[in-house]
Amino acid sequence: MRFVRGFVVGLVAGLLAAPGASAQDVTLSVAVSLKEVTEELGRTFTAARPGVTLRYNFGASGDLQKQIEAGAPVDVFLSAAQRQMDELERQNLIVGASRRAFARNALAVIKPADSRVDITKPADLLEARVGRIVIGSPKSVPAGQYAEESLRALGLWDRLQPKLVFAENVRQALDYVARGEVDAGFVYTTDVASRAQGVKEAFRPPEDSYRPVVYPGAVVTASRQAAIARAFLDLLSSPQGRSVLSRFGFQPPPAGAR
Amino acid sequence: MSPDSISALRLSLQVAVAATALNALVGIPIAYALARRRFWGRSLVDLLVTLPLILPPTVVGYYLIVLLGRRGLLGAPLYNATGWTVAFTWYAAVIAATVMALPLLVRTVRAAIESVDRDLERAAYTLGRSELRTVLEVTLPLARNGILAGVVLAFARALGEFGATLMLAGNIPGRTQTVPLSIYTAVQTGESAEALGLVAVLTALSCLVLIAANRLGARAA
Repeated sequence: MRFVRGFVVGLVAGLLAAPGASAQDVTLSVAVSLKEVTEELGRTFTAARPGVTLRYNFGASGDLQKQIEAGAPVDVFLSAAQRQMDELERQNLIVGASRRAFARNALAVIKPADSRVDITKPADLLEARVGRIVIGSPKSVPAGQYAEESLRALGLWDRLQPKLVFAENVRQALDYVARGEVDAGFVYTTDVASRAQGVKEAFRPPEDSYRPVVYPGAVVTASRQAAIARAFLDLLSSPQGRSVLSRFGFQPPPAGAR
Repeated sequence: MSPDSISALRLSLQVAVAATALNALVGIPIAYALARRRFWGRSLVDLLVTLPLILPPTVVGYYLIVLLGRRGLLGAPLYNATGWTVAFTWYAAVIAATVMALPLLVRTVRAAIESVDRDLERAAYTLGRSELRTVLEVTLPLARNGILAGVVLAFARALGEFGATLMLAGNIPGRTQTVPLSIYTAVQTGESAEALGLVAVLTALSCLVLIAANRLGARAA
């Protein structure tokens, strides 16, 4: 049978071409708020290491945590909050000794660039002219967890419930605002630059209304490229890494944080 | 297009080709059995093969996790014996796409086989041909265009698979991130240009496949 033979050949060819991880393939699961800065540091990193390929898996830290728990082939985890890293460390899924805090961030409330609604302080969000407000889903998105904490501390959480819509990650929240689908949104101050055309900052929630936004990074226990993974974390916390992070608007981590 | 988009496109094609080949190997015998044989459990096989057509892909994905996941019915013994699990690998994407595409192939091929004149098969039997040789020399060649149409449809379905793939294979760039998953991620993170490029490529590919299937279908009728 000519075409049965064709299928078998196709199957074999397909299996032979299976994309396997090459010897120096390193996968980084990275909180999406770190997207541009990680890509920039990644270029520096691979330029000095011929043969090393970095693969980025950007997403909400909570989703990335769940993937690692389910056995995803990941080498490095950069989280936007301590909680997700703590849970992985408790299960020995990350290498505790490799864990370090490398940056700090802050929340910003943004509105569409062409918005004419006046929003300058938290209480303004209650006004009728402000319709929908987007935050990251607090179940899996750290930016949403910080936003919830802040709104609770400010006594606005319950009253804003009818206005809230939830995004799958902080960049989706940013995108909703940039496309004008919502009137305001909670993102990180550093996110604004990536959609400077579409959004503008309205105000920053008081920093004592939510836990410090600290980014920890660690090597994943199951990594087969632990040495390269560790070298990437070292670059991140080196003076060179710090200066790139600060260029993208990130602050140094608080002393003693890990 | 970015390197990630290109690798997603390559991966999608590889997954779709492998899933289509598996579909043909498994689906054509099933289609023949359903069309020509009366056996115990026939309606059950028919039901199981057709279910993925109407079940939400997430339900199929859930069943696949329960079956093949690290703690799954088949997955757990495999993991204990080998330390290997299918979840988050390229194979998971192939399995998900195969299961989701199977109903299209089986239903199309079955109809094609049913439309073959039984007298021609009987003539082959009277001439002393075995059932296998009759199938290979009479039935399948006569159903050829219908079979090819089924294969093309299965390929198109495999190329577009999203839900079951996301659940069993995850969304790991370069490993299991096919074009539909890549589009999802791009839209989620506000990369409209990236999404648009992939959407255009996938739409064009699907149109080509449908045109091919329609031409084959028209010739079969």
